[in-house]
Amino acid sequence: MIQLLKQSPLSARIGMGIVLFNILIAVFAPIIAPFGETTIVGDVWESLSSQFYLGTDHIGRDLFTRMVYGGRNTIALAFITTTLSFFLGSILGFIAAVKGGWTDQLLSRIIDILMAFPTLIFALMILSVLGSSIPTLIFTIAILDSTRVYRLSRAVAMDIEVMEFVEAARLRGEGLWWIIRHEILPNALPPLIAEFGLRFCFVFLFIASLSFLGLGLQPPLADWGGMVRENAGAITFGIYIPLIPAGAIALLTVGVNLIVDWFLHLSSGLHE
Amino acid sequence: MKKVLMLILKRTGASLITVFIISLIIFIGVEILPGDVAETVLGQSATPETVEAFRKELKLDLPPHVRYVTWLNDFVHGHFGNSLANGRPVADLISTRLSNTLFLAMSTALIAVPLAIFLGMLAAFYRNTFFDKLISTTTLSFISFPEFFVAYILITLLSVQLNIFPSLSIIEENMGFASKIYTILLPSLTLTCVVTAHMMRQTRAAIINVLAGAYIEMAEIKGIKKSRIILLHAFPNSLSPVINVVAVNLAYLVVGVVIVEVVFVYPGLGQLLVDSVSKRDLPVVQASGLIFSIAYIFLNMAADILSMLSNPKLRQSTN
Repeated sequence: MIQLLKQSPLSARIGMGIVLFNILIAVFAPIIAPFGETTIVGDVWESLSSQFYLGTDHIGRDLFTRMVYGGRNTIALAFITTTLSFFLGSILGFIAAVKGGWTDQLLSRIIDILMAFPTLIFALMILSVLGSSIPTLIFTIAILDSTRVYRLSRAVAMDIEVMEFVEAARLRGEGLWWIIRHEILPNALPPLIAEFGLRFCFVFLFIASLSFLGLGLQPPLADWGGMVRENAGAITFGIYIPLIPAGAIALLTVGVNLIVDWFLHLSSGLHE
Repeated sequence: MKKVLMLILKRTGASLITVFIISLIIFIGVEILPGDVAETVLGQSATPETVEAFRKELKLDLPPHVRYVTWLNDFVHGHFGNSLANGRPVADLISTRLSNTLFLAMSTALIAVPLAIFLGMLAAFYRNTFFDKLISTTTLSFISFPEFFVAYILITLLSVQLNIFPSLSIIEENMGFASKIYTILLPSLTLTCVVTAHMMRQTRAAIINVLAGAYIEMAEIKGIKKSRIILLHAFPNSLSPVINVVAVNLAYLVVGVVIVEVVFVYPGLGQLLVDSVSKRDLPVVQASGLIFSIAYIFLNMAADILSMLSNPKLRQSTN
């Protein structure tokens, strides 16, 4: 593992640095942040000073504090959603591949229909009916995103399912869950891990976009997409505050992408 | 040829079924609302009489299947009901905004598609050089950026710093064509950045894929110029994936306008949808959501059909 990290290219190291930095900030947010998440401490849109490292936002809260907590909220939400999406998508995909027949047909057709719907529009419609709350957000996005995970894990499991060792397990009389846990899952892990990175980026951007539209995390909770929205008016006065959270979102996605690129290169390179 | 026709019919049929199911989902979505739309929208302070009157207006007193048929029938005939927020007919609200959105999407497509194909060809022509890497890195970062980040960077550069374009795209009906184009240039530039990145990468990949063929090597051995090979030998054969990519990205464009419209306060369908979602104005959400979905599904269908038509191999192998 350490050997592998030593060999990593510069781009992957930059990516890992960015991701590690974000994780540390998210975990230690209450220690790092100088003020409370929603406390008003100064004037509107104050410029940078030794007291307010990034200035203040549209109602006078410390922007640095908001950035730290915003990162914590946005990253945690995206991570939970992606995990749930993987849990749902991969289990259904594996079941479809191992069982085959009408189970596979039924699941795949339902997924086809869900995928024919544009994701953002679907999410907006669900949120308009149920209203925006954290559980609704997590479940809506996880279900929409699990369709992509389903496609991949079904395809991967299909390839594994025809191998002799699965056949042998079947002949031994092992059940569906045993085969999925002991035969399919360990072999399907590498492509799924790379996909996790990509899906995380997608979910992260999606949540940020919804928050930007005012339909994600609700104020006064801090989150990067919402902060861009709240401070959007500043830009016409030549105050570049909205670029800070937007840039943080862009930076994290680039970081994750750099790691995924390296991982994909690594797993394909080993075959050659 | 008969086979192709069958395939196209099959694909169209599948799309129609999908649209039908989606209209059903959109309709049921309102049904499964905890409690009742009337109570949710009017809030707790509503008297039983107002709730009852409101339910009558939404026809909530009829059984679901009857309501679905009437709703669908009205939808097909362009009667979308009245907005809950201001009581105006939804059709009136939507029509001008739909044309605004289409105007934005189409002008973006006119810039983005030729640009993406041209850049893709250039990148394939100069592949593995500094130029290629530069284009690839730039496009890759545009893909990882959220749309509003690209938008605000463009606003900062072109609108605040250089003061060339307005930062808000407020469009009036009586504006001349030229000033309309000028107003939407910044949002359409934002969309162009995002869409071009996807299209260009796939165009490059498609052409490079074809370049591995034996007939390309033959052309090279004959001493044909490299630019001629790309333009006349490789490009026509990579047309099928390229057309597919273009159509899929146009479908993406129809949906991608939502965020860009909100950034630039452009009076399009996307902004109407977002506003109505936060106001929980369900008739408007239903109608605009269904319109977006239909556009998306049919553009995806067009992508599949066009790539079927442009690729003889695909015509034969899938049956």
